Amino acid sequence: MTQPRGLLPPWMRVETALTLLAVDPAGLSGLWLRARAGAIRDRVTSALAALPVPLARIAPHSTDEALYGGIDLAASLGAGRAVRSKGLLAGRPTVVLAMAERAPAGLAARLGRFLDAGGWAVALDEGAEAEEAPPAALTERLGLFIDLDGLSWAETRDIRLDPARLAEARARLPAVQVPPAATEAMVAAAAALGIASLRAPLMALAAARASAAFRGAGTVTDDDLSLAAGLVLAHRATVLPEAESRADAPEPPPPPPPEADRDGPPEDDALPDLSGEMLVAAIRAMLPADLLPPLAPARAARSVCGGPWGWGAFRRGTRRGRPLPARPGQPGGSARIDPVATLRAAAPWQTIRRRLTPDRPGVLIRREDVRLRRFAEASDRVLIFAVDASGSAAAARLAEAKGAVELLLSQAYARRDHVALVSFRGTGAEVMLPPTRSLVQTKRRLAGLPGGGGTPLAAGLAAALDLARAARARGMTPTLALLTDGRANVALDGSGDRVQARQDAARLARAIATGGTPALVIDTAMRPQPDLHALAQAMAATYLPLPRADARAMAETLAAALGG
Amino acid sequence: MTRHTPPPAALTGSALPFPFTAIVGQEEMKQAMVLTAIDPAIGGVLVFGDRGTGKSTAVRALAALLPPIRAVEGCPVNSARPEDVPAWAEGATGRMVTRPTPVIDLPLGVTEDRVVGALDIERALTRGEKAFEPGLLARANRGYLYIDEVNLLEDHIVDLLLDVAQSGENLVEREGLSIRHPARFVLVGSGNPEEGELRPQLLGRFGLSLEVASARDVATRVEVIRRRDAYDRDRDTFLRAWKGKEAALRRRILAAREGLAALDTPDGTLEDCAGLCIALGSDGLRGELTLLRAARALAAFEGAAAVGRAHLRAVAPSALRHRLRRDPLDEAGSGARVARLLDEILPASAP
Repeated sequence: MTQPRGLLPPWMRVETALTLLAVDPAGLSGLWLRARAGAIRDRVTSALAALPVPLARIAPHSTDEALYGGIDLAASLGAGRAVRSKGLLAGRPTVVLAMAERAPAGLAARLGRFLDAGGWAVALDEGAEAEEAPPAALTERLGLFIDLDGLSWAETRDIRLDPARLAEARARLPAVQVPPAATEAMVAAAAALGIASLRAPLMALAAARASAAFRGAGTVTDDDLSLAAGLVLAHRATVLPEAESRADAPEPPPPPPPEADRDGPPEDDALPDLSGEMLVAAIRAMLPADLLPPLAPARAARSVCGGPWGWGAFRRGTRRGRPLPARPGQPGGSARIDPVATLRAAAPWQTIRRRLTPDRPGVLIRREDVRLRRFAEASDRVLIFAVDASGSAAAARLAEAKGAVELLLSQAYARRDHVALVSFRGTGAEVMLPPTRSLVQTKRRLAGLPGGGGTPLAAGLAAALDLARAARARGMTPTLALLTDGRANVALDGSGDRVQARQDAARLARAIATGGTPALVIDTAMRPQPDLHALAQAMAATYLPLPRADARAMAETLAAALGG
Repeated sequence: MTRHTPPPAALTGSALPFPFTAIVGQEEMKQAMVLTAIDPAIGGVLVFGDRGTGKSTAVRALAALLPPIRAVEGCPVNSARPEDVPAWAEGATGRMVTRPTPVIDLPLGVTEDRVVGALDIERALTRGEKAFEPGLLARANRGYLYIDEVNLLEDHIVDLLLDVAQSGENLVEREGLSIRHPARFVLVGSGNPEEGELRPQLLGRFGLSLEVASARDVATRVEVIRRRDAYDRDRDTFLRAWKGKEAALRRRILAAREGLAALDTPDGTLEDCAGLCIALGSDGLRGELTLLRAARALAAFEGAAAVGRAHLRAVAPSALRHRLRRDPLDEAGSGARVARLLDEILPASAP
């Protein structure tokens, strides 16, 4: 507990976090536990019994009836009177959210309200990928973060929290003093780490206070602060400040993350005092060297493909995914009946209908009672490659482009993405491959891709745009990758008018931007083309000049830009 | 009473929100909320910004600040006169009571039944009676409807809201029911723009929109933390300390409401208003109306005799920035465009 500067062995860190949570659950609002299910995680969850109120488990698709209570239909029909079920949240329990990485935004919003009102929760996150995480609305409100990844069984032991000592600490908590300098240091540390939210320093101070109370101290000390900063602030960091600065040499403001410019770090004159720097150093020591770099690509992926989890956008369907409220409709095709909702709709009419048809046994259900199931599922992503096969590009680049597409295909196959291929040369464009998941088919078509002729860039874009629209209409999320050397010299109508060709290309680029299709422009010319850069801007696309790329480099860059 | 007491106390604690006047900074957001409190016809506030910037705190604080309303006791739609109570409503006594202005939460993933109201299943099952169970829209009548993460709201719920927010009336035709009741409310939404855009139709229903960000200087941030901490640790003392300021603001809002009718609107202001909206190319006349209403509310709040250019300038960004056609190539955002044109068309120095 008293080890300085927050440098605890991993399991000590886990134990400390659980202790602090047990001392002041309301102040810390909860715990985000990132771990695969297993014996080590069970050791952590079994320690949750030390929290002052009983646990209530909820699942990502828990309904409002389950959370807040409602009429228990089955019991009501059986008993012949309304039987109300008690909601899980009614007793204000310690909420344990299983499979938190699958939680929809709606559940996160409800839990957020529960947490804002002084409740607390533990989110069990089994996410495998960096971008597979619980909704930010939830993780932002949970004070503590523990990642059990990489811990071996030998490093762990059973967690024993002494109830008497916890009770003592809880009693001492309201009297624990926080010196004003400590508050300032914590706020400064949060700002230096690029944490915009003010909940973070608030919960970090609560953690420091809990730590002091548990030690039996009446005042928060530096050790409490660095401990708290490590547990509450470290995982929220978006920038990593320089470590070796001193007070006499003003620290250069850390580079702001690209997408959070307006909440960037504080100005020079508002730099953290020594104590704040100390906290930042403590957090720095706690972060593994490779923790921060993955943050940025994960976010880029998010913005490219639009979905909150780095998958495709969400769509509503009738077959798969998480359940949504049922709606009236007629069964048929792929639609499935929701029996409970249908019974709910039919229930009030039973008395009347029984009077009309007294002979028919059983529940009397009519067409208009039928309710259909609906589900929300992540839609499939489709990568549309528009490849320039013109004479200028073909000589050097076409083979590389083919290689890059093949490499990406194998990655896309692993991610279950669809792939489509458009090639343009001569006077027009051709859809070589409609969206498919078939690797073999794609390879065969690619191998047969001919080269030579002019560059009908506009026609290629038009074909890609059509494919994107069709894919969207079928519920898929398209992403466009254009590989070209940018010397548009054939207009949409097939004529060789260069000015017209360029205008047509620009017009289609704007149409792609307006349609909201995320896009990527890869410049395969020997020197980066300013024209193509402008085109990428009009398309709201990422621009990647690759004058000397081989297939593997191109595939890696593409995969990084697309979040693959 | 602190947050560290057992759960039941924490539950009652949520009924005493953080004082509105104790919110540090975020002046534009506070001003917008005060303006809608003065003139609900402005039509709601949309707050976009990062998490942890005090959006939810401000909305819940506003609820406590609003002057109470007089309503018929037991009326599900908070009717102001006994003769306005809908025929289907049961349990209304006809006595008038004073109650806090309703601020109703509309959570994400809510069902249509919960929003518009539905057949009362309990009564139908137990007594075979066809009765209407009012939804959130009924409860929000004459008050506020708050949607957190409004940009993640499901489309069919958005459709319902668009219709009701426009007509001020909720029409229920389902399960053999045919019921209408007034649903006039101020829509307050908040969200994080990184997670999704709002449909332009819904965007237009909000009178004012603003973007909030965390304070950048450490001193302000420390002050935020200090006040929040004081509130969490000793709620009663903190609330007592801010009681005076809360009461003063409430009195000012009431005075501004009364002053609104007598407020003079010179022709010059109307021309300024129209000129600005034409230059910005904002869609429809709703922008101009909202701009004028907000400016009038601000003038009344400041106790001015007439609406002037300064008032227009102060409210123009929040009244107009969400009504512009989106320009994908403009990196700076709509707020900057409004500010730029504001300086061109309504320079501050002119009368």
